[in-house]
Amino acid sequence: MGIGMIVDGIVYLFLAIGVFFNLLAGVGLLRFPDVYTRLHAGTKCTTFGSIFILGTVIILGLKTWYLGDVNGSVLTIHTIVALIAILLTNPTGAHAIARAAHRSNVKPYGAVVDHLEKKPTTKATKQPKEVK
Amino acid sequence: MMMTEYFVVLVALILCIIMAIIRIIRGPTAPDRIVGLDTVNTIVIVSMVIFGAAFNEVIYIDVAIVYALLSYISTLFIAKYLEGGEF
Repeated sequence: MGIGMIVDGIVYLFLAIGVFFNLLAGVGLLRFPDVYTRLHAGTKCTTFGSIFILGTVIILGLKTWYLGDVNGSVLTIHTIVALIAILLTNPTGAHAIARAAHRSNVKPYGAVVDHLEKKPTTKATKQPKEVK
Repeated sequence: MMMTEYFVVLVALILCIIMAIIRIIRGPTAPDRIVGLDTVNTIVIVSMVIFGAAFNEVIYIDVAIVYALLSYISTLFIAKYLEGGEF
């Protein structure tokens, strides 16, 4: 009885935190002035919110498993796999998008100098342009 | 038992998806649209897991795992296309 009420309180707290950060991601996508700041809002906030919402499902699955239902173990393990997939793929995709935005000449808002421009890029992308 | 709370969370996530879709429509450049698409993909994964927990169906969570990996590959391909690189 006592453990169940504590688990329910933790579940409500985690759901509130996750929904709050996902809504912050949406507001940041609408309000920020630039590709890179929008990427900052849209990736970090959704990753942090997804950790808490999927953690809620993991806790509920563990509670179901503890109460004697075997379906809770399947729910827990599959949700952990989905969480690992989100944690691995989301920052990598954000890095690829930021690199593509910089190489397609999208400047940051209010930028004066670009130090990354001066660095020599890799041969695979730079070589065919010099041949032409 | 927890059905009402799950649907409140789902409505909030749908609101967030609508805000990202507004960014996809209004985005001035192509990377803006990709940022919105990436956000929509992540939130769809989270909503699928919540949906599977609400109806106690594990198959939705399996679909969410496959969707996560495939949307990651599609994001990488679109970014590679914007760079103008060779595959």
